[in-house]
Amino acid sequence: MGKSCEIKLLGAAPSHFVNRVQFVLNLKSIEYEFIDENLNCKSELLLTSNPVHKKVPVLIHANKPPILESLIIIEYLDEVYHDIHPILPSDPLERAHNRFWANYIDTKYFALFEELRRTPGQEGKKEVKKQLDEASELLEEVFVKSSNGKAYFGGDDVGYIDVVLGCFLAWIKFVEKLNKFKIFDEVRTPKLLEWTNRIWSHEALKDAICGSEALTNHYAMLQIKKP
Amino acid sequence: MEKVKLLGTWPNPFVQRVVWALKLKGIEYEIIYEDRANKSELLKYNPIYKNAPVLVHNDIPICDSLVILEYIDETWKDASPLLPQDPLLKANERFWAKYGDEQVLSAVYGYYRKQGKDQEEARETTLAHLKCVEQLLNENNFMSGERVGFLDLAFGWLADYSRPLEMVGGVKLLDEDSFPKLCAWRDNFLKIPSINGSWPDQENLIARFQKSKQSLFG
Repeated sequence: MGKSCEIKLLGAAPSHFVNRVQFVLNLKSIEYEFIDENLNCKSELLLTSNPVHKKVPVLIHANKPPILESLIIIEYLDEVYHDIHPILPSDPLERAHNRFWANYIDTKYFALFEELRRTPGQEGKKEVKKQLDEASELLEEVFVKSSNGKAYFGGDDVGYIDVVLGCFLAWIKFVEKLNKFKIFDEVRTPKLLEWTNRIWSHEALKDAICGSEALTNHYAMLQIKKP
Repeated sequence: MEKVKLLGTWPNPFVQRVVWALKLKGIEYEIIYEDRANKSELLKYNPIYKNAPVLVHNDIPICDSLVILEYIDETWKDASPLLPQDPLLKANERFWAKYGDEQVLSAVYGYYRKQGKDQEEARETTLAHLKCVEQLLNENNFMSGERVGFLDLAFGWLADYSRPLEMVGGVKLLDEDSFPKLCAWRDNFLKIPSINGSWPDQENLIARFQKSKQSLFG
């Protein structure tokens, strides 16, 4: 407990990239100070910590140089606090597969949601939804293979892909409600659907997820800034 | 005897960095170059992205060049470590490697693909990215420190391709006055036997780039 505030996390509640760092900090029972950034008016600390991208999350550990990018932060925390709730497996091949699928979620899968948001009209959105369905079915296969019959992608415990995809769920649920369709369902992605209920109620994730009002505001901001 | 196979296309900076990693660690491997127009093995082993490189180790494929580099480093731990032990230094190298791929490589390639006014307008942004990379080299010969490592391999395309791109594109980005450290790094990097000894050589690259400007990308 004596390590309180040794870790500072610069973040913003609606960012699932930030949420995943919070999830990992919670899983590893690491105390931290959360510095809430207003993304419309970024602080001096954020701008100097991340001059290249000017984005959250930023992790500052014991006043050492800041660590940037959510996946890089997670691997850092996993290496420093390796004894408590390991996030990545120890086997190099499994690590490679975890990293590959985390990248896939962050690039291809996430990009489809962005495309959905930016596509006007129902017909256009329908086409993107088809691609989203294919991608979700692919993730169902990944889940079946990774979990090996257990509760999470990481097996018995929450692992890397659980964190990466799990924190995106708030946004996924928001998108489902907005568009009146389902991303995960009993027919196409039954295992993933069960997994979403399981991870959504996980103790360590509950307070790392922001409410729908913040997401609605965030969505509205995106519609204006990146239409 | 472990079976290591690398599926690649050429020229391809993402494939080349894996070749260098395998050579630095003295790992025996077989490389199969496929044509971009006919890449049946790549499609089989990398159905998601359908591109190179793919490392096939004991018949199991690993895709994505930076993921492959870390896999190689973790599997063949004892020879020539690529990433540092310290988690903070490791995080730093991972960050800049990602920046290199997402920002610098696309800026440089984009610059050489443009012409006339478009190219002029792209020059300032491209140079700004290269300035960031120049700053990665402090007192050391290499981006990873005293010895060549992960970050050097990630940026190795800049050492390998910059002169051929300049020759074919007719415009110089890395001039010795503006980028003294990067130019020195380029020479040091290309002198390393494992780097130097692997195909292709600069003449071949120039000839290939000249043949088709569009083949600049993998």
